[in-house]
Amino acid sequence: MLTELSSFSRELALQLFTAMARLRAFDERAVILQHQGRIGTYPTFYGEEAVQAASVWALPRQDWLFPTYRQSAVVTLRGCPPLVPLLMWRGHPGGWHDVMEYRVAPICVPVATNLPHAVGAAWGAKLRHQELVALAYGGDGSTSAGDFHEACNLAGLVGAPVIFLITNNQWAISTPVSKQTKIRRVADKAAAYGIPGVRVDAFDVFACYQAVREAAARARAGEGPTLIEAIGYRLGPHATADEPSLYRDLQADRLWEPMEPLRRTQMALVAAGLASEAELDQIRADSVEELRDIGDSVDAYPPVTIEEIAATVHRETPWGLRPDRLREPSWGARGGAVG
Amino acid sequence: MSATAELNMVEAITKGLGQLLEEDPDAILLGEDIGRNGGVFRATAGLQERFGEDRVVDTPLSEAGFVGAAIGMCLVGLHPVVEIQFDAFVYPAFEQLVSQAGRFRWRTRGAYGLPLVVRLPYGGGTRAPELHSDSPETLFSHMPGLRVVVPSDPLSAGELLLAATRCGDPVVFLEPKRMYRRGRQLLPAKFVPGDLDHAVVVRPGEDLTVIAYGAMVDVAEGAAERLQEEGVSTRVLDLRSIYPLDRESILAAAEETGRVLVVHEAARHCGVAAEVAALLQEEAADVLLAPTLRVTGMDMPFPLSQNEDDALPTVERVLAAAHTMLEY
Repeated sequence: MLTELSSFSRELALQLFTAMARLRAFDERAVILQHQGRIGTYPTFYGEEAVQAASVWALPRQDWLFPTYRQSAVVTLRGCPPLVPLLMWRGHPGGWHDVMEYRVAPICVPVATNLPHAVGAAWGAKLRHQELVALAYGGDGSTSAGDFHEACNLAGLVGAPVIFLITNNQWAISTPVSKQTKIRRVADKAAAYGIPGVRVDAFDVFACYQAVREAAARARAGEGPTLIEAIGYRLGPHATADEPSLYRDLQADRLWEPMEPLRRTQMALVAAGLASEAELDQIRADSVEELRDIGDSVDAYPPVTIEEIAATVHRETPWGLRPDRLREPSWGARGGAVG
Repeated sequence: MSATAELNMVEAITKGLGQLLEEDPDAILLGEDIGRNGGVFRATAGLQERFGEDRVVDTPLSEAGFVGAAIGMCLVGLHPVVEIQFDAFVYPAFEQLVSQAGRFRWRTRGAYGLPLVVRLPYGGGTRAPELHSDSPETLFSHMPGLRVVVPSDPLSAGELLLAATRCGDPVVFLEPKRMYRRGRQLLPAKFVPGDLDHAVVVRPGEDLTVIAYGAMVDVAEGAAERLQEEGVSTRVLDLRSIYPLDRESILAAAEETGRVLVVHEAARHCGVAAEVAALLQEEAADVLLAPTLRVTGMDMPFPLSQNEDDALPTVERVLAAAHTMLEY
């Protein structure tokens, strides 16, 4: 049922499973915290753990990742404490992770705007003869945006060592992919840019891993970008504020539920004799346990003042953003002299 | 072009870019037709020949794509200077500049600013087709995280351009293209990076201040000359930085001359002049001898060339406003 598993070592297979379990635990905990009112609207990635874990694991740590809001937890697989992305959804600036330490760009909210950034990082590294690959995430909806076209075109043209990992989960909020584009296979869009487009099962962590590895190898060999279409299905809502029953058939959704990747990977690992059920259950339990009390850390995180935030906009803080001016009508130095 | 020479503004920019590429191995130029062609205004003439195709890079016709790519280049240590071919062609890149570039330092809690400069030949007076004469400075000065810089002559173009490349924040660098070939200046062998924080009094005066920037400094000086003949001593303050504004120099002008008139070719509504006038109202109302008047472009698409002189501020329009203020 899952491809390529025979070529995976037990160690790597368990690493991928653990990464998926940690992502799942994060996602479930975040939804709970949202329901408890401890964080704000949260874009769940339930069902995308396989493609996300694979993408991080398939690349060495020096390679850059360019996430959207749907991949807010991939940075935790690079060592960032899970508290950080949770603070993001809390609306706390502590949610901005250290970009340079993890080589993960800040999440981009307008879809596709991150794709040109990845092209530039990859292209820039190529010009500087650094061995570096950049991977940018997107969804089926993002491939309708102009930045998708400009990024793919530019990347193909200059041979940027970049990977566009487009998870086609078949929905952009309420818009099905059939109303997003006339093309049936998103990967076919690659032909317009003279770059390879490949399709992979987004629920198959091993296939996703292989696909990203192959794309990265091509990029490192100077063969330029790859568009990967990871075909899946959005098993959850767009975000916690979304109500899918308004626009899609929940009966049909249930047909997709068996594809849920964490359970599916667990079954495959057991079937292949790479791990026992109990061992994998333990990994899942440990991942859940690790985050059990994180809500308290979110609550206890010290707030920052608007004055502190104002000092982060420019290198040298302009007059109007100075702590003593920020809340005032701009009645400045001359003010006291009047009368 | 390295020795002392008399250059016009576009040649000064070429010289500044050449100096940047020489001094900073991480600097890279990106833009449409900037390589062999040297740019439609020849601002990059000869630079690809000198520095190679990897440092002076022709891009596809894709402003959002290459401005976005320049943001990514910053992350791997490059210092991109991007040329937008004409003012209004920046609009496709608006999202990358305001939703991405301007927010990057804030998104890294102050830790990391993008060393990105976007050069933008702007403004009217060149008899160009539609959407080749816009003045979009207000858009970028209203949106957070960007610096907006406008030189007015060859020397300031070279000095401010070099300062922009090392200021640590993304800069929208507006080049008044009408001044590109208007007049030469003796320039030093090497530019010293200029002062991005301060406006410059380009003409001293005591009765009235005309605040201007870009090509309008020339108009303001023309008006000051005529007012001098009438016995009116007029200060001309060249803003140079649109964001942030040099508040001190503006307030000093109010205090020392009592009358402040603002000139720009961008549309009036919510323009830079409105911000200056509000600043004066809030902080210098007690010293003003007359209300601040604005001589600006009009709240309409910049006219096609047959009517552009109607929309552009002229010496006569500045004089009329100055007389109103002096007689107030």
